[in-house]
Amino acid sequence: MSVPLTLLGLLERESSYGYDLKRDYDTYFGWGRSLPFGQVYATLARLARDGKVSAGQVEPGAGPDRKRYSITELGASEVEEWLRTPIEPEPHLQTLLFTKVVLSLILGRSARTYLDTQRAAHMERMRQLTELRRMAGSVEALLADHGLFHLEADLRWIDLTEARLASIAKAIENHEEVQP
Amino acid sequence: MSLSTFGREGSAGPAVEGRSLVKSFGRTPALNGASVAVAPGEILAVMGPSGSGKSTLLHCLAGIFIPDAGEVYFDGRRTDRLGETRRSEMRRRDFGFVFQFGQLVPELTVEDNIALPLLLGGMARRDASAAARSWLPRLGLDGLGRRRTGEVSGGEAQRVALARALVHHPNVLFADEPTGSLDSLTGEHVMELLVSLTRAEGTTVVLITHEARVAAYADRMVLVRDGQVTVAEPLAVPSNPAEGSAARPHPPSLAR
Repeated sequence: MSVPLTLLGLLERESSYGYDLKRDYDTYFGWGRSLPFGQVYATLARLARDGKVSAGQVEPGAGPDRKRYSITELGASEVEEWLRTPIEPEPHLQTLLFTKVVLSLILGRSARTYLDTQRAAHMERMRQLTELRRMAGSVEALLADHGLFHLEADLRWIDLTEARLASIAKAIENHEEVQP
Repeated sequence: MSLSTFGREGSAGPAVEGRSLVKSFGRTPALNGASVAVAPGEILAVMGPSGSGKSTLLHCLAGIFIPDAGEVYFDGRRTDRLGETRRSEMRRRDFGFVFQFGQLVPELTVEDNIALPLLLGGMARRDASAAARSWLPRLGLDGLGRRRTGEVSGGEAQRVALARALVHHPNVLFADEPTGSLDSLTGEHVMELLVSLTRAEGTTVVLITHEARVAAYADRMVLVRDGQVTVAEPLAVPSNPAEGSAARPHPPSLAR
């Protein structure tokens, strides 16, 4: 999650105080990990330095920073560009899963037991996310769905790996190069 | 639920249970000592690759197949030794079924399809129709009661099948790939209804699926492999301070 671009995007709706930006960020994107005020103001300062936002005059009143920030044309075009560009499709190799399977086989341990345990852990997490999604609003559900699909992809990998364990073990025994 | 607490007269035991089930078709073994117990009101997902024996397990638990060896219990009573008449009565009265393809009667209306189990159970037609109609709104099928089931969409047909499976308030619902023929959004809708209705009714559910996302609606999951049941205990995942702990309602890995 790119904090500067997300804050910039929030500013494209309307000029806002740092406090409001933090609140909206936490609501939509924080998910239990709220954005520290310090990071909000530091980010806004950097964006202002780079000409992507402009800060208004300090306004009278209580609070840490009574400045209203607005997005500039440069900032708006950056948001536009960002939202148009696809994310690099990561292979999501799950290197940790891979490492544990291969290491188990190298050490002559039961990779199948590990895969079973991992499958149960994945299923339990999917069950929690499904429950959460059932209770959640549609925006939270979107995030839960993303998690569910990724966990499902892992599970398919786990199933396939289990089906191939014998041949993978043989390959390792023969010191064949194992490409992740 | 340990086996030792079960088997008296008690209702504290499993709703359905199979013990050491063996079943072959010709020379092909389907079940090879499968044991599973489902607690009353529990939603159990049975997963496993194609050909692992999971459908055969469901058919044995539901009294459709007789196992070659092993024991089947419903509500503490042994069922695999009952005659066909008593087993079929049990299936009609105590069990509900949803299959991958609704298996509705296409010439009948939605309402008549839902009323079928009640009519077969001897209920008067007017009462059966009224009971069937009362299920329509619960499944979002308002206004479709008079349609023939050949004229409704796949998702609607599965909801009709679900209503038909639950209309007589069965103890156990057996669902075999209930979303298998649906796209994921429609399938989710069906699962959502299946879970909320069976929870409301206190129905025990045996849910066969090969889809993890469907199994995730269940309380518990078992895996059928080579004709045997592997219980997948939800093990605690050690919390990783570097990635945040599992105590968070949303994992940081999802939020990035």
